Amino acid sequence: MSNKKKIAGFIGKKILRLISLLLVVSFVSFMLVQYSPIDPVRAYLGEMAVSAEHKEKLEEYWGVNTPPQEKFLNWAGSLLKGDFGVSLIYRMPVIDVIKERFKASLALMASSWLISGILGFILGVVAGMNKGTLLDRVIKTYCYVLAATPTFWLALVLLMIFSVYLGWFPIGLSVPIGVMAENVTFFDRLEHLILPALTLSVLGVAQIAMFTREKLIEVMSSDYVLFAKARGEKGLDLVLRHGIRNVALPAITLQFLSFSELFGGTVLVEQVFSYQGIGLATVSAGLKSDVPLLLGIVLISTVFVFVGNMIADIIYQFIDPRIKQQESTT
Amino acid sequence: MSTAAVNVNRSLFKGLNLRQKTLLILGLTSFLLLAIVVSSLFIDNESLPTDFGSKNLSPSLEHPFGTDWMGRDMLTRTLKGLGLSIVIGALASLISAVLTVILGLLSSAGKAADSFVAWLVDLTLSIPHLLLIILISIGLGGGAQGVIIGVASTHWTSLTRIVRAEIKQLKTQDYIHISRNLGKSKWWIATKHILPHLIPQILLGTILMFPHAILHEASVTFLGFGLSPHEPAIGIILSESMRYLSAGYWWLAFFPGLSLLIVVLTFDLIGENLGKLMDPKNAHE
Amino acid sequence: MGNKTEINAKGKEKAEALLNVEDLSLSFIQYTSGLRQTELKVISNLSIQANRGEILAVVGSSGSGKSLLTHAILGILPSNAKLDGKIEYDGQVLTQKDKEDLRGKEIALVPQSVTYLDPLMKVSNQVIGAVEKGKEDLMKKLQREIFQQYNLKPEVERMYPHELSGGMARRVLVSTAVMSPAKLIIVDEPTPGLDEKTLNETLSYLKDMANKGSAVMLITHDIEAALKISDKIAVFYAGTVLEVANVEDFKNDGENLRHPYTQALWNALPQNKFQAIEGHQPMQDEVVDGCVFYERCYKKNELCSKGIPQIKKINGGVVRCNNVS
Repeated sequence: MSNKKKIAGFIGKKILRLISLLLVVSFVSFMLVQYSPIDPVRAYLGEMAVSAEHKEKLEEYWGVNTPPQEKFLNWAGSLLKGDFGVSLIYRMPVIDVIKERFKASLALMASSWLISGILGFILGVVAGMNKGTLLDRVIKTYCYVLAATPTFWLALVLLMIFSVYLGWFPIGLSVPIGVMAENVTFFDRLEHLILPALTLSVLGVAQIAMFTREKLIEVMSSDYVLFAKARGEKGLDLVLRHGIRNVALPAITLQFLSFSELFGGTVLVEQVFSYQGIGLATVSAGLKSDVPLLLGIVLISTVFVFVGNMIADIIYQFIDPRIKQQESTT
Repeated sequence: MSTAAVNVNRSLFKGLNLRQKTLLILGLTSFLLLAIVVSSLFIDNESLPTDFGSKNLSPSLEHPFGTDWMGRDMLTRTLKGLGLSIVIGALASLISAVLTVILGLLSSAGKAADSFVAWLVDLTLSIPHLLLIILISIGLGGGAQGVIIGVASTHWTSLTRIVRAEIKQLKTQDYIHISRNLGKSKWWIATKHILPHLIPQILLGTILMFPHAILHEASVTFLGFGLSPHEPAIGIILSESMRYLSAGYWWLAFFPGLSLLIVVLTFDLIGENLGKLMDPKNAHE
Repeated sequence: MGNKTEINAKGKEKAEALLNVEDLSLSFIQYTSGLRQTELKVISNLSIQANRGEILAVVGSSGSGKSLLTHAILGILPSNAKLDGKIEYDGQVLTQKDKEDLRGKEIALVPQSVTYLDPLMKVSNQVIGAVEKGKEDLMKKLQREIFQQYNLKPEVERMYPHELSGGMARRVLVSTAVMSPAKLIIVDEPTPGLDEKTLNETLSYLKDMANKGSAVMLITHDIEAALKISDKIAVFYAGTVLEVANVEDFKNDGENLRHPYTQALWNALPQNKFQAIEGHQPMQDEVVDGCVFYERCYKKNELCSKGIPQIKKINGGVVRCNNVS
């Protein structure tokens, strides 16, 4: 099969997969929320007092008395037109809320994803190279403790140390209160980004470091490293020549597969630092029964995880020369 | 991890071989968890008297974890919360294990059933885990029931994958072919030949599920979707503590979170050591 | 290295073996179910010599620990291995440090399969290996020459290991050893999966190396292939060498062979009597007090069950058996 054909087939398959996935996810989550004790009218009104007549109108608008299947079809129909509905708590189109919030979170997620990936990889290589030594044990213990650490607790501890005790960083909000959006400087944003990003980075290190370590140890005891040793290669050169080469791709793949945890971590960290991102919007939407926004976030985050998995797939199928070969011979 | 722990304790365990060390660690850690659960059972509201005379006290000998804004002893509250966390974690892990067994047996029934199980795994993993738990817990009306079902119905994926792989491997074995040729039913083969081989795997997998389940329960509760604020859960304690952070009452968050970390680590230790006993391949690392 | 070439120049040890392995034992410490510790003995009391300009074949059935012998010589055993005995190279007893210094320079390995090549590195870079700065061009030229000599097309240079055919892989593996200036070349199982033509070609490369003065140690389970090119045959059984015979001893009914097992091996060949002997090698965790071949031997007597037979020199060969003279 030619490469172009293969890529086209790959993309086609992925698009079909995404469509079917979104269909099922939207149906399941819609029905879950539908049968929950959430009352959209009360959610919309909050503490507002309205007349019975007005309330009836609203009930009709939210379709309280229409059957769920019909409601789903209505909702899905507008989705297809790109209309996610209106957020109840922000009183603006869901798609705009998501756009704005996701952008803020993206800065947080991207920076911590990169830092934790690089740091984790280095720590894993160092530990794997020095397997069994004190250094290895320290790194391993560090990773195990991190993996057991509740994200939100670490966020709280960092907040207490750096914001409350040392006063280096602001206590909350991704932008200063009372400042117009256009007057917010890059440094303001950065100041609010550092602690949440640090929390996520520190925690994200554990998985990738442990994986890299295991993988490097596996590679270093492989036949080909044995042979390289038999030919006189040793030390750091040996690790750089054969170890890193064989560990890097799987490690990068794993990092792309971690988008689901990354999103979860963001939700928790944003809650602690009051960082105005998609995570905080998720929590508010959930707690205040903002169904359209919640469903919108579910769909968008599903796409987010899907993209991560797809990139991992691409690396696996198109970059690794071994897989490339196998595919073309079969 | 166990190596790390073993090394920390090297001087303590001098003279013991690896097997004895492993068994000793297993015994000690299990005892610790059991002690937490049992002691939390004896704590009721009377053990947590509201005492405004001693509110917001920093840690002391009398109150090692300090006291909260109602003068309640934080150590007692933490213990009670940990007990609750462990029980919920246990419940959720058990339900997950049962789900795994059912799905595993289902996937052994045939190609279509197996594809269905694989599809279910993919579907569950396609939404960010935490968001899925939140969604399920909202759908079920929140509360303890919502959290338990939310956590339980999303943690079976990794173990199910392992079990599916194991089943695939088992199915290539000769004795299964022979049974099939002898006309035994699929159900008979699944329960008599396949299930017994899977039990150790499932047991270990369930224990390794514990830490995740506990952490997720605490997270969801912390965010406000789980247990109600009246429950003495760790997630509640920590979300409460947020209000007092700027006042400098660090102990309200520090000790309960640290205790939760230790409990999670303890479960990790148990799983890791049990795994080593069952599969010694990597023990000499 | 300097003083070694000096010794060679004097020619003092020319007659002696380049590699001398004496009374080598190798065991592994392992954990079994429930973390109980056991010791697994894979090589015991093994002695062999490899001479310059000669091919020594170490013949034994698959999975009997022959490859581990090469790993022991090269010092690339895993960390849970326990090694006893003496390995001498050019008259000097080798420590682990010496082995690390010598490998790739004085001692080269031709590995048994393509899995010994880095799957993500192009073939030419691996054949050349890690080179000191400034020597890259020289080595590249040498590699091209060797490839040409071995009939490997220029495009093979850019291939990854998994793209090589069986014959190509064999030639690439052999060329890694030819690239090095090594005097002792250990060739591990070069014959499986090769067709008649490639097999003979590979064997001729080995003969070539010996003719140029290297000592070649050929590890194989294929006694026929070994007989085609070797000067001496060491028969490996249950972790030790039972006999070292000259290639001329293998003829007729094997009456010149010293050990019953060697005779049995010879007679099992299709072109001879084609009869296999009963039984199997003792397992690695079995404790054998006497001769390792005791169970299957037709010549055994009471003495054979008590203690390992001593090494005897007979007719220009070496044998470990109580019942030959």
